[in-house]
Amino acid sequence: MTLTALAITAMIKVIVIISVALLGVAYSTYLERRLLGILQHRIGPIYAGPYGLLQPIADAVKLIFKEDFIPDNVERVTYTLAPVIMFIPALLTFAVIPVGDTITIMGHEIELVISDLNIGILYVFAITSLGVYGIVLAGWSSGSKYSLLGGIRSSAQMISYEIAYGLSIIGVVLLAGTLSLQELVAQQESFFSWYVFRQPVAFILFVVCAVAETNRAPFDLPEAEAELVAGYLTEYSSMKYAMFFMGEYANMLAVSSVATTIFLGGWQGPFLPPVLWFVIKVFLCMCVYIWIRATLPRFRYDQLMNFGWKVLFPLALLNTMVTALIKVL
Amino acid sequence: MASYAAVLIFLLLGIGLVLVTFFTARLIRPSNPYKEKNQTYECGERPFGDSWVQFNNRFYIFALLFVIFDVEVVFLFPWAVAFNQLGLFALIEMVIFIVILVFGLVYAWKKGVLKWV
Repeated sequence: MTLTALAITAMIKVIVIISVALLGVAYSTYLERRLLGILQHRIGPIYAGPYGLLQPIADAVKLIFKEDFIPDNVERVTYTLAPVIMFIPALLTFAVIPVGDTITIMGHEIELVISDLNIGILYVFAITSLGVYGIVLAGWSSGSKYSLLGGIRSSAQMISYEIAYGLSIIGVVLLAGTLSLQELVAQQESFFSWYVFRQPVAFILFVVCAVAETNRAPFDLPEAEAELVAGYLTEYSSMKYAMFFMGEYANMLAVSSVATTIFLGGWQGPFLPPVLWFVIKVFLCMCVYIWIRATLPRFRYDQLMNFGWKVLFPLALLNTMVTALIKVL
Repeated sequence: MASYAAVLIFLLLGIGLVLVTFFTARLIRPSNPYKEKNQTYECGERPFGDSWVQFNNRFYIFALLFVIFDVEVVFLFPWAVAFNQLGLFALIEMVIFIVILVFGLVYAWKKGVLKWV
């Protein structure tokens, strides 16, 4: 392929992935409200369109027409930049996720991944960790006590779970011997070669840390509405507020995609086309996210820190060492 | 390099998307700020004191622990990828490295640093 052809395919792939990701983000909010409703014996949103399917669009239109007022004592530059810093890294994760097998369109072989970096896993972890800067800067620049507390809590929580999050993957990397996500998927062709069966402890650790990293219940202390009003979101309104929300849901989607790719066999699966398998797996991961939120009460802050440092971290270290030992023997 | 170029395109389009959204919102939303509305939110009370309050220095100790162990994780990644070729020798070396760091964690633990009051 020539250079222009490469550039054009890359461009098309990027546009398609971004659009699908944004659509996914919008409908994740619908899925969450609807599923939470069902789990709590309520109905959830049903009035906008058939089955309430137009609800995300109605929400978006409402938020874009809202007044965006900036309180007097905020740091304006960081205040405006914070939602962007939260949202962009969440979106960027999708650049290395393989969503399907190679397909052929008009004689061109096209890989269904934007770029198959040979350090894919490292890239994912580097990028997803950047999102915390958005939260911390938002908390600090809002000039409100609730925001500041939310921001600090968030950073402490992130750094406590980041280590176990990174370590949980080392076990998989040890077995795989590669950091490329495409190769990782290729290794999980049969059902029982999925890494969730070969590294069950790592999978559990990954799920717990991922929920903590995305600030979701039961680890949603940065915005704990019962004690901190809305945490770092307190002073935000209109599109900036929406950007934070999109960032959060994009993060959830990204983490679900990463979990699918690393542990659940990626796009591998029988009968159905690979892309569909990928979507189904990500959808199920999102359902689990919401299920966890509906089931578990929020942690207390000391429990949260203890759990991260005294349970998850040693366990992750142990898992890594045991895996390495088994591999040597 | 081509694969990183694709990531760059992704980044630029993402930033462009955000800019377009912010700009569109700016065009169509109302703007009616006044003094009371622009006060910092403090549950309806008149806000008092500085917002940038002091916070507990425990947070710093956790940050310190984090830096040490996060660097450790970064060292583990290349080790894990090349483990097939390195074998038992690499395992022993890494165990020594980790034991030294874990000793630090145990020390912090016994000192009561990890206890959140």
